[in-house]
Amino acid sequence: MKKHIKFLLNGREMACEVEQNKRLLDFLREDLQLTGTKEGCSVGECGACTIIVDKLAVNSCLMLAVQVDGAEVMTVEGLMENGELSKMQQQFIDKGAIQCGFCTPGMMMSAYALIMHNPDPSVEEIKTAIAGNLCRCTGYKQIIEAVSCSCGK
Amino acid sequence: MKKFNVVGKPVTRQDAYEKATGTALYADDYTFPGMLYGVMVRVPASHAIIDRIDYSAVAGNPAVTAIVDHNDIPAQKKVGPIKQDQPIFSWEKIVTPGDVVAMLVGQNETELLQLRDKVSVEFTALPVLTDPLKSMDPDAPRIHPQYENNAIVHYPLRKGDPEKGFAESDYIIEQTYTTQFIEHGYIEPEAVIAIPLGKAKGVKILGSIQNPHTTRKVVALVLGLPLTKVRVVQAEMGGSFGGKDDQMNILSARAAVAAVKTNRPVKIRFNREESILESYKRHPYHMHYKVGFTNEGKLKSMRIHITADGGAYASMSPFVTWRTVVQATGPYEVENVFTDVHAVYTNNPYTGAMRGFGSPQPIFAQEQIMDEIALKLGMSPLQIREINGFKTGSVTASGQKLDNHEVNLSTVINKAVEETNFVEKWQKNQKDNADVAKQLNFANDSEANQFILTKDQLIAPDKTWRKGIGLAASYRGCSLGAEGIDVTSAYLSVQLDGSAYLLCGLAENGQGLRTTFCIVAAEILGLTVDKIFYLEQDTAIAPDSGPTVASRSTLMGGGAVRNAAETIRERMVRSVADEWKVSADSITFANNTVSSSENNKSVTFADACGITYKHKENLATIGFYQAPEVSWEEETGQGSAYFTYVYGCQIAEITVNIATGQVYVEKVTAVHDPGTVLNLQGALGQVYGGVTQGVGYGIWEEISVHNGKIREMNLDQYLLPTSKEIDDITAIFIEGKDEHGAWGAKSLGEPTLELGAAAVANAIQNATGTRFYHNPINLEEILLNRKLYPEDLKRGSL
Repeated sequence: MKKHIKFLLNGREMACEVEQNKRLLDFLREDLQLTGTKEGCSVGECGACTIIVDKLAVNSCLMLAVQVDGAEVMTVEGLMENGELSKMQQQFIDKGAIQCGFCTPGMMMSAYALIMHNPDPSVEEIKTAIAGNLCRCTGYKQIIEAVSCSCGK
Repeated sequence: MKKFNVVGKPVTRQDAYEKATGTALYADDYTFPGMLYGVMVRVPASHAIIDRIDYSAVAGNPAVTAIVDHNDIPAQKKVGPIKQDQPIFSWEKIVTPGDVVAMLVGQNETELLQLRDKVSVEFTALPVLTDPLKSMDPDAPRIHPQYENNAIVHYPLRKGDPEKGFAESDYIIEQTYTTQFIEHGYIEPEAVIAIPLGKAKGVKILGSIQNPHTTRKVVALVLGLPLTKVRVVQAEMGGSFGGKDDQMNILSARAAVAAVKTNRPVKIRFNREESILESYKRHPYHMHYKVGFTNEGKLKSMRIHITADGGAYASMSPFVTWRTVVQATGPYEVENVFTDVHAVYTNNPYTGAMRGFGSPQPIFAQEQIMDEIALKLGMSPLQIREINGFKTGSVTASGQKLDNHEVNLSTVINKAVEETNFVEKWQKNQKDNADVAKQLNFANDSEANQFILTKDQLIAPDKTWRKGIGLAASYRGCSLGAEGIDVTSAYLSVQLDGSAYLLCGLAENGQGLRTTFCIVAAEILGLTVDKIFYLEQDTAIAPDSGPTVASRSTLMGGGAVRNAAETIRERMVRSVADEWKVSADSITFANNTVSSSENNKSVTFADACGITYKHKENLATIGFYQAPEVSWEEETGQGSAYFTYVYGCQIAEITVNIATGQVYVEKVTAVHDPGTVLNLQGALGQVYGGVTQGVGYGIWEEISVHNGKIREMNLDQYLLPTSKEIDDITAIFIEGKDEHGAWGAKSLGEPTLELGAAAVANAIQNATGTRFYHNPINLEEILLNRKLYPEDLKRGSL
């Protein structure tokens, strides 16, 4: 059965019909063609599907699409600022924080959610914020540097 | 060329923008009109004869467009890189739980997933062989009846007279070590799409494919098509680490068979459980080492017996274990060596290529033995390695003299030792932690669940945390060695506006190969890297350059790109010199301009291309690079196994909580000699990632198998290192001189991974006064000296 939902997606108002049993991840990737959000484990362990819902980083594989009714949603596609790379995206590139890139969207979403609440996090706080985002390529060091340098400092 | 303009400088990744914006397209991000999904049908058995498959419950269902099984394969039904033992669809037997008998194909993947359990497979269960050490018993179940026994391969290595060596030894240490199955853990699960292009054009494959040319060969064999009619294009790769080779060839073949049958695009994408279930793993090794040495610490003799669990299919086992036999004695001079390495079939998940490729296992054993020898003789780990370590002119176990490159073993070890103040810390810990063995022995002797501590066995709170430092060193043969034909090609086409297309036959797997190759071409042509446009990997463009494995891309691909760029450069020099009537020697290329010191003339690179074009010179070429000769004597294991080697040393600093057995990794210092560093940022990334995987191998990661079936089916149970596992990693490069490849840039990807587990194991000994022989050294290994596994395969509340 379908349900009508309204929500804010990357700053744009959306009104959609969505199957009640559809995962938020599938809704983003299949219905809205926002394929920047990735699926790695489907059980909330790898963090590749992380997006921001009402300023909190969440695993979109563990939410239903209908749960974002009335919410503010941000995906990796919403990180650009006025068509330019945001500071965090630029830092991920400059610091070598990207290798295969599959964890990158989720990783940046977790980090972005952290900075929303804590504009000047310590290295430990960054590590904790991204502890739910697995990366097999980088060993995290350059990611942590990139996040650290995207903050106000 | 001495001073570099681009090489070794920070360069932005070619694919960074797309990956940072979420616009990079991975295989599962593609959809095509009319696309169908393929869903696997498996059998709940580890070893069984397939009696009958009954599709009647699903055959008429509107959700099922087609059912595909072995009957639909037009040509070769079994494939494999060395032995053709792996069916695309099984029809005679099931030999491991990942085996697939059929595929349901239809538009709605969810419906197909529900329907697949309705396919009824009648089978007769056979005895299951899970212990590789029993695989050669006369009464062992035969995994593949077409072969005489369960042997996949046996490599002997014979040097000197080992018995005489033991007789001349003052001490002999004998020990058995074991290592576990490891999952590659690429974050992107397997995905591939096959697109039928009709009779004239064949089929196009688009997927998360590590080696597109290998996939092309397999698909062409299965479909009975010429290579030209199978075009494999690589989607962006979400990690591979050796894992998206055989597995993706087989998935591509399944998708291709279905695409041809239905005449529609067919996508196969695995969820994590299916990925772990069917994909190959790192080989578990059972290793027995006997080592003789003198009072002075000189190694005299080594006798090594290694059995690798190849699992159900041969896959890359013959190549993986060959590297093992070459490197099993480590980077040390040993006069007398007797090594036997066997790989055998079992009903376990099959094992194949994974970053490290047959080296992390023997290093886990042999680097611990070196420390044991040091302890026995009252020496430091540094001293024992100084006495025995390779120097220029040393002779390896296979009789190869190391004299064509800088042998920087002692340089990397000394650098790591200095950086960490290793010797002082190691000696202090050894003294401070001498009391821990007693505490742990209690646990070792106890029955599980019976912890009755007496007062003297209680651990005082301030004695709980113990520091340890451990060192491991290695040498590693670069590229394929005597495993196979070692040549690469690269296509370079310079355009009249001064930009250039580049594509090497080797493939980007996320490691940054595109960027490194652009650096090589840019350096030679005096361009900035942004002028080079690296094409997407497509088997129709770049010639087959062998697989992207063995840390060979920078070395071999770099050689081919350099050759291509030098060819173009020569043609441009010839044309410009002729145009300006100056000598060829006076022409230089830098900063997107071409100049002559003779007439002080300077034009843009684009204008120089115009001059070259006007002189009717070809601005496109295919560069080629061929590895120098190597050799191997199968009977004796003697020969020049690899044409050059790299050296590395890693030191792990840890704290062990001796009350819980938990190991905290504070710092890993990694010193590597990869030859010339072309791409500094990429090289650092290789070290950080490799160290993290190596430490994960040593402490947390394990695929365990119950009656052939895997327990850890997702990332909740299979523990990949997170951001909080390792406090810090320091990477240091020693750039040893070598003549090969692009300015002597050699190998780095795998050397960075192979040392972590051994360094951690040595650090744990330093922290606990106790030696652990069975990887991973997790909580229960430290507290109980054995592993704890659930008795069945139940997961959570399921």
